[in-house]
Amino acid sequence: MLLELQDICFERDNKKILNNINLTIDLEKFIAITGPNGSGKSTLVKIIMGIEKPDSGKIIFNGKDITNLSINERANLGISFAFQQPVKFKGITVYDLLKMSAKKKITKKEACEVLSRVGLCAKEYVDREVNGSLSGGELKRIEIATVVLRGAKLTIFDEPEAGIDLWSFNNLIEVFENMRELIKGTTLIISHQERILNIADEVILLKAGKIANRGSSKDILEQELINKKCCKIRKCNS
Amino acid sequence: MSDKINQIDKDLLNEVSNLDNITSGAYNIRKNGQGIERKVTDNVNIVTKTDKPGIDIYVKENTKFEFIHIPVIITESGLTDLVYNDFYIGKNANVIIIAGCGIHNDHHKDSQHDGIHRFYLEEGAKVKYIEKHYGEGTGDGKRILNPVTEVHLKAGSSMEMESAQIKGVDSTIRETKGVLEENTNFVVTEKIMTHGEQFAKTIFDVELNGENSSTHVTSRSVATNNSKQYFISKIYGNAKSFSHSECDAIIKDNAKVVATPEVTANHVDANLIHEAAIGKIAGEQIIKLMTLGYSEEEAEQEIINGFLK
Repeated sequence: MLLELQDICFERDNKKILNNINLTIDLEKFIAITGPNGSGKSTLVKIIMGIEKPDSGKIIFNGKDITNLSINERANLGISFAFQQPVKFKGITVYDLLKMSAKKKITKKEACEVLSRVGLCAKEYVDREVNGSLSGGELKRIEIATVVLRGAKLTIFDEPEAGIDLWSFNNLIEVFENMRELIKGTTLIISHQERILNIADEVILLKAGKIANRGSSKDILEQELINKKCCKIRKCNS
Repeated sequence: MSDKINQIDKDLLNEVSNLDNITSGAYNIRKNGQGIERKVTDNVNIVTKTDKPGIDIYVKENTKFEFIHIPVIITESGLTDLVYNDFYIGKNANVIIIAGCGIHNDHHKDSQHDGIHRFYLEEGAKVKYIEKHYGEGTGDGKRILNPVTEVHLKAGSSMEMESAQIKGVDSTIRETKGVLEENTNFVVTEKIMTHGEQFAKTIFDVELNGENSSTHVTSRSVATNNSKQYFISKIYGNAKSFSHSECDAIIKDNAKVVATPEVTANHVDANLIHEAAIGKIAGEQIIKLMTLGYSEEEAEQEIINGFLK
């Protein structure tokens, strides 16, 4: 087992965002987390990375209690995080950011190779600044390249489809479909995209801060469809 | 190089201009108010002024890609050095000029260098001008640098100016003036970092007099501790022209940054833009670098290094 969450609770403004989450994630798995907006998905992954602190509960990573460790300590233990909205930096180039991401020294050629693997024409990008002149889709790919380079035991993606148009995402989804080749280790990805859910080993469905279901994408999606129909029938009968 | 140049001098020269590169073209090294070494080339002549301290630099027309180094070093505490350097760049010449001043002050008296650099570019000339200021030393005497740069661009000429003051200068007032004729372009990039009780004031004053003249002024600065920075930019669009000025500052601790843009359009086709952004380092930038394994302090340093690169 790679990751274990024990009784994680997180409350803000009198709202229980995460309500007693218990979860285990195995080694070398591709796990998708899905669920309606406001169900606590982003908070859950931020708690794993250490960006948010839980009110109570424990996080065990690779056999070690990391509940009280900082973001960088967790990063150095092998957790990597791709942001929903990639961060921009004035003055820092794509190459600089990739050098910072890799644990070892990398040459420009190696940086270009990674950029190509996430679908960017490397020579055009490697010396550009990671600033507002790059499009949302380009920034997402660079963000993915930063986590690919880290080669962490656990890589988290916080809803990569958010904030980019359908056309850009259709191009980007191929990168995720090849994610198993790109990233060795476990991937935890928040997504609403059926194509991503379909390639996951397991899908975790979060609702109102609780794990509502866990299983194969087929089972989860079918179950949800039945629930919706039942819901409608119940409404009609009542 | 001659024995007039000791190890401290060499270190200072290396800070403001790479020592190995200096000797590759024409150069003039000034130390403690005196010219100590000079080399001229077939295309670049350097002449000592007779009416006031300083030199005249003449670049022949059509000179291509020559380097000219004009470093100044001050190691004597209590010295105030005022120098006038005038650059005359011939038609269609294309040169790179590297100037800069390094002050080493181990004593309690103030050391000051006021360099007044004037550039006269003839038609079609191109100049890249790099200026670096640096201060060091253990004394409590202040290290003061007040550079003035005046740029006169004739039709079709262009100048790119990069200035950097990253370390050790206690007080500086930097004035940059530009007068632009038609089809000219003046690009200025300034980088400043202040700490402790330091004070820095920069004033840009650019007159866009000719049709299709343009200027881009970018200032990136970091103010830390109790330091104070003032950025004043005055741009006058007197013809069909374009200007973009940008002041970006990161502020930390108890520092203070004031940006005062002034754009004056005296012509209906003058297109003048100014942007100013002052703020602390964005929390999300620090968090991103922490997810890459950097501590909060290391992340901050990386962000500042990139910003001032």
